[in-house]
Amino acid sequence: MLIYILRRTLYAIPVVLGVNLIAFVLFFGVTSPEQMARQILGDKNIKAEDVEDWLKLRGYDRPRLWNKDANGLSKATDTIFFQKSMSLMWFDFGVSDDNQRPIGGEIRRRMGPSLMIAVPMFFGAVFASVVMAMFVAHYRGTYLDVMALVLCVVLMSISELFYIIGGQYLIGKELNLFPISGFDSGLNSLRFTVMPFLIGIIARLGADVRFYRTVFLEEVNKDYVRTARSKGVSENGLLFRHVLKNAMVPILTGVMMSLPFLFLGSLLLENFFMIPGLGSFTIDAIESKDFAVVRAMVFLGAILYVVGALLTDISYSLVDPRVRLE
Amino acid sequence: MIVLQNMVVLLIVSAIVWAVISIRRRPLLVDAVRRSFATRRARVSALVLIVYVVVAMLDSFAWRDAQHDGDGKVLRDNDGGAVLEANPRSLLDRFDAITMNFGGRDEQTFSSPFAKVEFTQSTATDEAGVKYRYNKSLEYQGKHPLGTDQVGKDVLYKAIKGVRTALIIGCLTTLVAIPFALVFGIMAGYFGKWVDDLITYFYTTLASIPWILLVIAFVLAFGRGLTQLCIIMGITSWVGLCRLVRGETMKLRESDYVMAARAIGAGSWRIQIKHILPNVMHLVVIRAVLMFSGLVLAEAVLSYLGVGVRAETFSWGAMVNQGRYELSRDPIIWWNLVAAFVFMFGLVLPANVFGDAVRDALDPRLRDA
Repeated sequence: MLIYILRRTLYAIPVVLGVNLIAFVLFFGVTSPEQMARQILGDKNIKAEDVEDWLKLRGYDRPRLWNKDANGLSKATDTIFFQKSMSLMWFDFGVSDDNQRPIGGEIRRRMGPSLMIAVPMFFGAVFASVVMAMFVAHYRGTYLDVMALVLCVVLMSISELFYIIGGQYLIGKELNLFPISGFDSGLNSLRFTVMPFLIGIIARLGADVRFYRTVFLEEVNKDYVRTARSKGVSENGLLFRHVLKNAMVPILTGVMMSLPFLFLGSLLLENFFMIPGLGSFTIDAIESKDFAVVRAMVFLGAILYVVGALLTDISYSLVDPRVRLE
Repeated sequence: MIVLQNMVVLLIVSAIVWAVISIRRRPLLVDAVRRSFATRRARVSALVLIVYVVVAMLDSFAWRDAQHDGDGKVLRDNDGGAVLEANPRSLLDRFDAITMNFGGRDEQTFSSPFAKVEFTQSTATDEAGVKYRYNKSLEYQGKHPLGTDQVGKDVLYKAIKGVRTALIIGCLTTLVAIPFALVFGIMAGYFGKWVDDLITYFYTTLASIPWILLVIAFVLAFGRGLTQLCIIMGITSWVGLCRLVRGETMKLRESDYVMAARAIGAGSWRIQIKHILPNVMHLVVIRAVLMFSGLVLAEAVLSYLGVGVRAETFSWGAMVNQGRYELSRDPIIWWNLVAAFVFMFGLVLPANVFGDAVRDALDPRLRDA
């Protein structure tokens, strides 16, 4: 088990390196730092010194890949690639291009609100859709099943934007149950997280219920279910004790597949509900063309995804003893 | 540029006609198509999709008019050639000129559907010098079926123009993604060993960047625009199909008919193209149809976030972005958001329903069930 985790972690290193390389090519290969500076400084007839100052202040005046003028090891280390891109590997995020503030500190500060939204939403969505899918699977073939499927397709066809706007209008403005947007510190922040939590779950419900329903239906046609039923296990016991346990592996796969959507969800939700988290940090960075912040977020997002995939792989062996990790 | 665009439209139309004709000659494909259209649900969805496609086609075929002077004569430049308008007008715009012409009917600001006066009040001073508030009357009274937006543009017109953008994103992106997925998937599955390792590493790396962040990074590097968006969305969406094709190819490689082909001396490229490619095509069709609706939804989100199409391109996401605070006004302004919602929902729902029908028809595992 330990050896497997170690090997799996080692396998993640080339992936993270690859991500780093892709980010480097996108941010420094496609446009040179000078072009980037001109784009951000905006003005067409800007002076060359201003551009140089801008680059020097942020450390972009180094050569991109290979420093000919430096001595020894710093030929390779005193470059943009090493200082700005490779440094992400040891979580040195540097400073923001826009206001020179350390990105690492900003990330630590904004991590809390982001997690307060994303984590309950993620587990809530999995729980709600699995329970509903089991309910629908229980009534398979009936009118209820057909209606639920139609509802799922309809729910799937609505953009997340409209769930948020509609939810804010209905719950926040018309019913006046929760504040429309904003955030607070400590326990007071809880009432601001309820609405994003609910809307985040509802937005994913259609696709998820349909997916998990298929998983359960594949499972209920198997032999062990027939055996259990012929032994006299009740239909409910069958679903909860036998089918659910066996469906855990595909459920975990589904959970892992929805990981990337977590980022999109938090991006939109944090933007609409004005939550000072990582999502709104990213959106602010898009607006101010803060390349350093976006670079850090791309890397952080990939790291989180890789860690999520690793945890999913490990948990396969927890839910299914037949899976051996070697 | 505009000539090229028109040629592409003609090419697409003739490709559709050619596809229909060539399918009719192949009984297997006719059978597949018949099964896709078996339910009434699927037929109705297909009909709605066709309406959308026709609107997008009409909107894509465009040319620029000659400018006229006050007497109605064509303006000419020094060489005697006609001076053309700056912006080309599409067949759809011209169609409007005959029927309703809501594209050319600009107002000053918000107006509700079929209103005769502006939605917001303006201030004026009467003869006695007393200020009073009133609703200005519109230039085209009762001629806006869905009202106008903040800068006085007809909302129905904007929504209809958004059809083309959505369809281009949905179709062009798929066209970018499929060749990647096919070439890499078949090669990885067929050759195995280090080729497989390399390709698997490549797409694992790509897939571990959350797609939304990759799109943001790409758009920051290459700038906003429809083309950039199609390319990057294609790059982020080929991985899923590639995995499927790779798995299917691995199975097919061991099958008897491939072994027979190898035994009579067919080369590996010939086997991949002639024997494996046609047998993974059903995966491509299923995936492409199912991908479409997701792409339309994604475009709206990206345009909302400010990394989508350019500001001058009509898009439903941009409409949502402009209208995001309109529901919190009092009285509320609903027509912008409702128009974007209805047009988007009207495209995505049939696409989802039809996609399911195609999957049920082409996936052999589901056929018997």
